[in-house]
Amino acid sequence: MMRAVDPEARAARFIALEEHESTHDRVVWGMRQHRDKAVAGVPEWEKLRELASQIKEHTLTHLDRYLEQFEENATRLGTHVHWARDAPEHNATVYDILQAHGVRSLIKSKSMLQEECGMTPYLEKRGITVTESDLGERIQQLSHEPPSHIVVPAIHKLRTDVAQLFAREIGSDPGNADPHYLAEAMRGNARPRFLAADAAMTGANFAVAETGGFVVCTNEGNADIGASVPPLHVASIGIEKLIPRARDLGVFIRMLSRSALGTAITQYTSHFHGPRRGGELHVVLVDDTRSERLGSPDFWHALKCIRCGACMNTCPVYRRGGGLSYGATYSGPIGVILDPGFDLEKYRELPFHSSLCGSCTEVCPVKIDISDQIYKWRRVVAAKGMLRLTKRVGMSALGATLGHPTAFHAAESVSETALAHLPRFALYNALNPWGRHRELPAVPRRTFRQWYLEHRAKSGD
Amino acid sequence: MKVGLFIPCYVDAFFPEVGVASLELLERLGCAVVYPLDQTCCGQPMANSGCQDDAAATEAHFVRCFQDFDVVVGPSGSCVHHVRFHLDATEQTPAARKVRASTRELVEFLHDDLKVAAFPWATFPHKVGLHNSCSAVRGLGHERPSERVGDPFFSKTRDLLGVVRGLELVEIDRPDECCGFGGSFCVTDEAVSAKMGWDRVHDFHRHGAEYIASADMSCLLHMKGVIDRLGLPLKVIHIAQILNGAAA
Repeated sequence: MMRAVDPEARAARFIALEEHESTHDRVVWGMRQHRDKAVAGVPEWEKLRELASQIKEHTLTHLDRYLEQFEENATRLGTHVHWARDAPEHNATVYDILQAHGVRSLIKSKSMLQEECGMTPYLEKRGITVTESDLGERIQQLSHEPPSHIVVPAIHKLRTDVAQLFAREIGSDPGNADPHYLAEAMRGNARPRFLAADAAMTGANFAVAETGGFVVCTNEGNADIGASVPPLHVASIGIEKLIPRARDLGVFIRMLSRSALGTAITQYTSHFHGPRRGGELHVVLVDDTRSERLGSPDFWHALKCIRCGACMNTCPVYRRGGGLSYGATYSGPIGVILDPGFDLEKYRELPFHSSLCGSCTEVCPVKIDISDQIYKWRRVVAAKGMLRLTKRVGMSALGATLGHPTAFHAAESVSETALAHLPRFALYNALNPWGRHRELPAVPRRTFRQWYLEHRAKSGD
Repeated sequence: MKVGLFIPCYVDAFFPEVGVASLELLERLGCAVVYPLDQTCCGQPMANSGCQDDAAATEAHFVRCFQDFDVVVGPSGSCVHHVRFHLDATEQTPAARKVRASTRELVEFLHDDLKVAAFPWATFPHKVGLHNSCSAVRGLGHERPSERVGDPFFSKTRDLLGVVRGLELVEIDRPDECCGFGGSFCVTDEAVSAKMGWDRVHDFHRHGAEYIASADMSCLLHMKGVIDRLGLPLKVIHIAQILNGAAA
């Protein structure tokens, strides 16, 4: 079997960097608190969640119709519409468009879908220079790391890490970790790249079937500069991004940034309706396992996701272990339920990187049953015989013991004797993860059952 | 009303005093309580790991032990949550459906069914931090979860503890953050689990709690492990013990 990503080991390494972990937990929890405040200002929040969920469910269950409607309207606006079955087809389509226009350098804004498709390395291998224009994404690109968060891709880094990185890569002052200085340094470095780029690429937050337009939300305006300077704009859009009508946007725009960062709206909410004068606009509609997921009764609701990152911010496991511990494009709770759908063998450990606390389900603005899906993915992993050996053996032994009262009561007395009499070094060692940071419980003289037999059962109860 | 007392396996083995407190408390409140001697476990440890096949026999046994009761009461939010929402590895016979529907967690049984308004025998003159487990808050609805900021606040556990003489509840920074126990998660994801526990007990300690009280002994087992390792002046106690008049 293929080697799986080991999120527990990766998380342990992040936690060992004490300042990184504690800062990450504090800052990311801060986003959850901002979200709470913003949500408190919208009395109809729970109604909005229900409405958003229904709009998405309706669209997904009529997706063929809305996709064709979008294509028709986008084409009418002068947009070139392409279809891609999977990641390789997406990358080849994009490359064909770029090649036809003689593109050598590309400025791109944030797109989780392009990340999912591995587009940047694909294009770079073919001689096209790709520059990320979102500050966090640029930090990640220069670090040769994937984004660790959907909305704030470099949130796992300290300011001082960024100062070191920028000093090495763009020649800024390594001793100056002031965020304004660092942002300004990168702005100075990025501007010429915007101006020199032959093409811009973006993703899309929403694609509107009735208009054929699409919407890109950013806080830096980087997608807008990109789309406004070079003559060619290519947008990659996952087919689950469709919504039926322009008026539906009002529901989602109100929820997106409130859920993500706790702001009422992103700084820029840009609507693209066909190419700008003298320019060319291409849209690539990408399936890449989405229609397969749509056919899964247990997991299709994950397609409602609007990529706000609220589930990451609230997740206690994500905040401690960091986004890179998931070893995947999508991290956090939403990643745990999306990634196994792309590659079950590789991501089979992710559903266990969760305490099943359920907070993700409660914050999700489109009411995805994230926590329940994590639980169900565990069943899929076990049913396919992909459980880690220690777990597999342990669970069948446990099942055999707990299924039979006499076996259980015999096992209880053995383990209690062991706990009471084994020397400390036998209980607290590398083979017993419990004892690394925790003491074992003291062992009582007798079990509740024994107490009951002595005090109650005898008297004829 | 014939009450079947469900004492989860780890409570039976490690915290018999919680079983005793639950039994005595229910009896003081006039219930006819029977503890089926053959009971073992609800099946959650296997099912939570995805191992439905391994959980089936244990779940079937659970149904056999409790099928003759009007109501089954257990002092553990997480186990009761499993029974009610996830006990589906075994065949869903009428008996299984009946047991699942009639299994109640102690707090909700006292609050919603018996509607207990006073525990005259209980005095607990201490500062207490309340730890509602994730299964109790977001699974069973013991309290309005912190994520639902717009909904009116309620808390069944607070209602019960609020009438105990002398007991002072302390507020903490993250009221319903997971403690990191999570079943086998606590050993398979040891570093994350331990750090979550560390942060959780410090939140209580920082705000002056002397005790952490919970309806879930499994969370308390984990937090006590952290507290003892760190040497913090904090104790843990199950809500059944406080309500039954434990002298601290």
